[in-house]
Amino acid sequence: MSMPYYVSPEQIIADKAEFARKGIARGRSVIVASATDAIYFIADNPSRALHKIGEIYDRIGFAAVGRYNEFENLRVAGVRLADTRGYSYDRTDVTVRTIANAYAQTLGSIFIEAAKPFEVEIAVAQVGDTPNQDQLYRISFDGSVHDQAGFICMGGDSETVGNHMEQNWKIGASGQDTLKAAVNALFPETKPDITSLEVATLSRTGEGRCFSRSSAEEIAKLLG
Amino acid sequence: MNPESSFAAHLQSQGKLPSAISMGTSPEHLAPHGTTIVSLRHAEGVLMAGDRRATMGNFIAQRDIQKVFPADTYSLIGIAGSAGIALELVRLFQVELEHYEKIEGTALSLNGKANRLSSLLRSNLGLAMQGLAVVPLFAGFDSNLNIGRIFSYDVTGGRYEEHDFFAVGSGSQFARGALKKINALDQSEDEAIAAAIEALFDAADDDSATGGPDISRGIFPVIYTAGPQGVREIASDRIAQLSQEMLLRRSVEPNGPRAHLTNGRDRT
Repeated sequence: MSMPYYVSPEQIIADKAEFARKGIARGRSVIVASATDAIYFIADNPSRALHKIGEIYDRIGFAAVGRYNEFENLRVAGVRLADTRGYSYDRTDVTVRTIANAYAQTLGSIFIEAAKPFEVEIAVAQVGDTPNQDQLYRISFDGSVHDQAGFICMGGDSETVGNHMEQNWKIGASGQDTLKAAVNALFPETKPDITSLEVATLSRTGEGRCFSRSSAEEIAKLLG
Repeated sequence: MNPESSFAAHLQSQGKLPSAISMGTSPEHLAPHGTTIVSLRHAEGVLMAGDRRATMGNFIAQRDIQKVFPADTYSLIGIAGSAGIALELVRLFQVELEHYEKIEGTALSLNGKANRLSSLLRSNLGLAMQGLAVVPLFAGFDSNLNIGRIFSYDVTGGRYEEHDFFAVGSGSQFARGALKKINALDQSEDEAIAAAIEALFDAADDDSATGGPDISRGIFPVIYTAGPQGVREIASDRIAQLSQEMLLRRSVEPNGPRAHLTNGRDRT
């Protein structure tokens, strides 16, 4: 009879975290940023069919990096939660805090209980009347939640991309400047290929569903 | 259809879908009933209009109820029958379409939407058998065929595509009779709006459960259109003005515009 090896809980957690971090770093980056006219979601994503950015509810959007099948499940769960709450109570009772909490709970328990943690990082954002009222949450593979002001950068070499954003972008920037700064951060050396950009916005003004995807023509026009 | 993207199926699995209850007394005296909805195609798409009255037996339950709604960006739903259940059906149908669109990343086809409404309606059959029936009217702009289309339903969920115009509710026979004489497929949106206002007036004229224009309170029909640019509500002051002009014409000609017996039409 073979004896199982003893592995300390610290080691298990550290191994899982390293595994998840490596998986996430292999992919490409996503940036979520508050501009004066809208919240912008900008992803380096060559696929037209497999989106990294999605609509959750009237004023709430979603972005993810990592394994597609894993974050797609989370996105669908988020839409379900939002629609169920909105239908049971009222559309104004759906808040990004609820969604972020649910993601944190789910990712947290998967990280502890499952043999393999999810290799994903999620951002959910709710647009307010002014950029200062925007709420941006980043949820890590282990369920930890970060409430971030201004912008979120995750996936790929997120540190370099994030530093680039920090130097070239600040709160109060227009939509066009935000998109330009984000694209420069995602493609620091090469000229960006518009077909590999996935861009969506949560408009600050407007009634009901504020989420919309930007077409290649709209992106090209803004980038000039 | 994929059960993943059906919001109603999700609610049902959670036990949150309103289910059948049993009734002892005559139901029309228990809950308000909505009355007449008309829908007609025009050159740019399709429009839907509804009067504003809800009745409970012989008395008026509400004077300014809204019975025509946008279902999503390209389609409209109007309801006649038991108001509480009907409004709930509208709310569910709206979330159903939005839910599908968000999960699948693309909107349902107009046929797909019409079929979904059919199955939602069928789940109300138990209540319909006890007298609390809901009869919706569904219309929308079909982006594939580039035309407006109208679908009517029965309480069992049967779905029927209508050609040029249709009406549901207690005043529907009178509205349909009027539309038969004044509606034309090549009409502009403005002409269709005028025809809808005339038809609703004819329904109110002969059906006590349908409300006519209420000048003193400023209550007029609700009208939406769906075209290539999506759904749009017709401004209420414009409907008010058109209704007042119609009333002036009717003070001379109480039965409204007269159709020619031989050919063509006269809608001046």
